[in-house]
Amino acid sequence: MEFFSKTTSFAFMKTRKVWYVVSAIFMLGSLAVLVTRGLNLSVDFTGGVTVEATYPAAADIEAARTAVTTAGIRDVQVQNFGTSRDVIIRMPPLAEGQSGADLRQQVETALRSVEPAVEIRRFDVVGPQVGSELLKSAIWALSLTVFLIFIYVALRFHTWRLSAGAIVGALHDPLLVLGFFALTQMTFDLSVVAAILAVIGYSLNDTVVVFDRIRERFEHNQRSAPESVLDLSINQTLSRTVMTSGTTLLVVVVLFALGGPALQGFSVSLIIGIVVGTYSSIYVASALALDLGLKGEHLFPIARKDPLDDLP
Amino acid sequence: MLEFARWKYWLVAAVLLLALVFALPNFFGEDPALQVARKDRAPMDAAAQKSVEEFLRERHVPFSKSYIDTGRVMVRFDDVGGQLKARDAVNDGLGNDYITALSFAPRAPEFLRVIGLKPMPLGLDLRGGLYLLFQVDVNGAVEQLLSNYEQDFRRTLRDQNIAVADVNTIKADGDKTNGVRVLLPAGADTGPALKLLQEKFTDLSFKTNDTSSGPAIDGVMSDEQIRTRQNYAIQQNITTLRNRVNELGVSEPLVQRQGPERIAVQLPGVQNSADVKDLLSKVATLEFRMADETNSIADAVTRGRAPLGSKLYRDKNNQPVLLKREIIVTGDQLTDATSTSTQEGPAVSVRLSAQGGERMLENTRANVGRRMGVVFIEISRQMQKNAAGELVPREIKTEKVISLATIQGVFSSQFQITGLSPSEARDLALLLRAGALAAPIFIVEERAIGPSLGKQNIEQGVRALLIGMAAVFVFMVIYYKGFGLVACAVLLANVVLLTALLSGLRASLSLPGIAGIILTVGMAVDANILIYERIREELRNGNSPQSSIKAGFEKALSSIADANITTLIAGVVLWIFGSGPIRGFAVVLTLGIITSMFTALLGARALITLVYGGKRKVARLSI
Repeated sequence: MEFFSKTTSFAFMKTRKVWYVVSAIFMLGSLAVLVTRGLNLSVDFTGGVTVEATYPAAADIEAARTAVTTAGIRDVQVQNFGTSRDVIIRMPPLAEGQSGADLRQQVETALRSVEPAVEIRRFDVVGPQVGSELLKSAIWALSLTVFLIFIYVALRFHTWRLSAGAIVGALHDPLLVLGFFALTQMTFDLSVVAAILAVIGYSLNDTVVVFDRIRERFEHNQRSAPESVLDLSINQTLSRTVMTSGTTLLVVVVLFALGGPALQGFSVSLIIGIVVGTYSSIYVASALALDLGLKGEHLFPIARKDPLDDLP
Repeated sequence: MLEFARWKYWLVAAVLLLALVFALPNFFGEDPALQVARKDRAPMDAAAQKSVEEFLRERHVPFSKSYIDTGRVMVRFDDVGGQLKARDAVNDGLGNDYITALSFAPRAPEFLRVIGLKPMPLGLDLRGGLYLLFQVDVNGAVEQLLSNYEQDFRRTLRDQNIAVADVNTIKADGDKTNGVRVLLPAGADTGPALKLLQEKFTDLSFKTNDTSSGPAIDGVMSDEQIRTRQNYAIQQNITTLRNRVNELGVSEPLVQRQGPERIAVQLPGVQNSADVKDLLSKVATLEFRMADETNSIADAVTRGRAPLGSKLYRDKNNQPVLLKREIIVTGDQLTDATSTSTQEGPAVSVRLSAQGGERMLENTRANVGRRMGVVFIEISRQMQKNAAGELVPREIKTEKVISLATIQGVFSSQFQITGLSPSEARDLALLLRAGALAAPIFIVEERAIGPSLGKQNIEQGVRALLIGMAAVFVFMVIYYKGFGLVACAVLLANVVLLTALLSGLRASLSLPGIAGIILTVGMAVDANILIYERIREELRNGNSPQSSIKAGFEKALSSIADANITTLIAGVVLWIFGSGPIRGFAVVLTLGIITSMFTALLGARALITLVYGGKRKVARLSI
């Protein structure tokens, strides 16, 4: 079976201006919801207490909330988690001198008063200082990854134009994922951070394969028109792009469907990331490199007359 | 002609065989087991194993097998019922000498266990347990050292009859306490005091200062010294926590440093954090005091209080002991304690700081032949109801005499405590080392995962992995036919290799780790796809099947390398910066990239060359 039995010849770059507008709208939109609504950060980042409880039958959320509130615990959020039998309870960080074990006892007693067969399956207490440090180290990790990849692409392909294209593409994708999380207010936890960094890796993976082909095409003729070289390269790698995105999407969708509620956020970010990453390697990374003035000679520094020409 | 060097075949075969062996223990599953260890931490031998077995037979507790694993006896059972019965029996009958822990023993054949191969350890989110993150009050440790200096300054100056207005710890620069200030009476000469302090406390740097209340001398710790002290405090606390965790009888506990001032503790199988936390966050210290040999202990016990100038204690066996109120040296003057053996039998060799040594010297000079006691003090925090019925934290102090021995001769900063059994000596050394530090620790993060959630996580994770892999297999075979089958074999080899690496590195598998394996499966086919698409392209360009395969592998190489290196960068950064679930994911992602490159470039090549290579004529490829 083959999706493309002949190499396709779509004129991808011709419509790039339209896609710039689309990308810009999505990016600005994501930024806007991020600023206005913010992320629904989990206790991993904010500090606080999370309790996961399982009921023998569908849980009565309202009764559970009343029981916990009457037990004297303030600012409680009670929600379903995964199935109707699972309940997640979120509470603010522990007060000075309060111990987690006592709180657990309190919550357990309160829930038992409504349904004696309830089982506490998870009890997490995160101090506020731990949370803010995690957020900081996540931002650090993100910045360092982007920086290192910029350097790698610049060294490997001898031109900052491709590097810049790759990085903008790679930032475009997580921004959209973040926007989605802000829009839906899905819980943003540590595993989502891991997923977002994996999305960056994945998106670049896709981009670099296209770039590799661009270099190969330019190798044949450095003076070819950049736009047609890019179109040809994207077309030649298209079946691979579709296949790889397809298989990866396949497993991530399975993970979403079967991996349980703990991996929901993780798999959702990957699903979005893979779709958006495939698009961005064509219409953001490659297109941007073209508009930054990419020419065949940039990729082969030995043949170039003036080495300073390549500096940004 | 399509060829693949013979040594490469051998390499692929050898690596895969090795991986298979390493991955093997994971496929057998685990049996419920009971871990039995000696209370004094001495390793158990075959004789001890036999006595445990005989004991269980006597009590009619059925078990399937027992063996020795790192000094402890593991007893395996067919069901959890037998495991629990055995635990109760051992605790009941042998509880004085042994501690037990519920555990799991791999069901893998004997020979795998003997050569040290084990299944990969499961993270707490997959088997349930308690995770605690402690913050060490490192500044408290520095302040504590400085207040020792403060006392030493006072004593030194007083001994030399130098008048002092006040001695206090100060914040010489910045917002952290880092020095001690000696304030002299107005108009006093700083010279003699400065000279004395500089001579006696060579590790501090001194300078004089004119303050509004008079001339002052500041002794300041260097940044290096502060760092050393902080590291020491953390190391000490890790030792303390390790010792205490061992007392809990938990199987495979983990105590490790996390970042500059945190310690993470993982206790598989533990659910109730109350008892555990209480035990772990106790602050302990030591005091050396002379025994009160003039008053009667019996009198003190009957009257319920000690005579003036003395204090009534209890020793390890709960026997009353009467010690003098005056403290010779406290535990924070203790710099090291090790168990050794001397002519008089097992002993603990103790080393004190210079100041502590001096005080000990004075004391022993005057008290040869008398007895000196070592008091072990633990401070724990407990929640108690106050008069108004509210729960408030209260500090509870327990004091116990752990050693009472006769002073044989004059000694100072180095001496030995004798008259102990080997295990007592080992325990005392540990306790002294562990108890010597009183830098407070407090819990900043606490996560408890119930066993049923762990079980559900692992079931869902493994099911998602199997179904995801199956879906990719079907897809690849439909799309690439014969070559798709090769990709499936390669993918399978990749998962085996990854499992082997994780088992060999003893990296614990968590739920995000399983997600990482699933993602790796999806992304690992990419290398195959790149190669196959290249081969198809070469075929379309009219090249012969064999040369298309060759060119396909060669031309795809640079794309595969570049694409994987970028993902590798993200993986490694996550590995370094991440903690908890992020790291669990990053480890798998990073290793997965490496294994998938190996299997796709060498494994796939070997298989395809085996099918299409050599001198045979190939008319068309199944691609």
